[in-house]
Amino acid sequence: MPYSPMLVRPMREELAAAGFEELMTADQVNRLLDEKQGTTLVVVNSVCGCAAGMARPGARLAIQQTPRPDRLATVFAGQDMEATAQARARFGPIPPSSPSMALFKDGELVWFLPRHRIEGRDALAVAADLKAAFAAHCVPVAVAG
Amino acid sequence: MGTFHDNMHELHGITVVVETTGPELFIGRCHDIDASGVILRDADVHREGDPESAGISRSEFLDHARRYGAWPKMKRHLIPADSVREIRRLGEI
Repeated sequence: MPYSPMLVRPMREELAAAGFEELMTADQVNRLLDEKQGTTLVVVNSVCGCAAGMARPGARLAIQQTPRPDRLATVFAGQDMEATAQARARFGPIPPSSPSMALFKDGELVWFLPRHRIEGRDALAVAADLKAAFAAHCVPVAVAG
Repeated sequence: MGTFHDNMHELHGITVVVETTGPELFIGRCHDIDASGVILRDADVHREGDPESAGISRSEFLDHARRYGAWPKMKRHLIPADSVREIRRLGEI
């Protein structure tokens, strides 16, 4: 049974306020991931404090500098069932876990951070993994001047 | 911010690898550990010599889980205490 929307709201807002688009339907997931150009980070959000409590701040930290993905999105496991199932279908043969993070480049999954690589780590460590993935797959934004 | 369960074992919520005294190797999210054994959620198992595990070695099973996680084939599973040989965090393997 899903948690109360009231309980979950701050966890949604933690990512939404940082610029992550909330995907709540399969169509929304497909529309975003059918994009064949550029990079997209999808965070599978979760209520679980054991890991999600570090995943969200880690994601927020990582996107504060370039390179960073062109698009940021999130689905909420246990809440937005349809969107989460569709996002996981796009992850290929990777077992479902939440929280987790997936980076797509030109429509293809290029990097994945499963839950067990988030558990027990702090936000800085999670952010470091994300930054390394961004450096490998995302295009730095040119600085004018 | 999140939900926490302070009355549980310190490995609660952590994905673990449980080596047993038998042919089974379990991977799942630790729910609790008590006198009865290790309670896993969303667990998978590899059994040496079992047709279900045929075609994939123990090390391949573990390596795939190390990189991507384990398939949640059992919603809840109790591994009896007397058959538990070792518990490790999957994230540290």
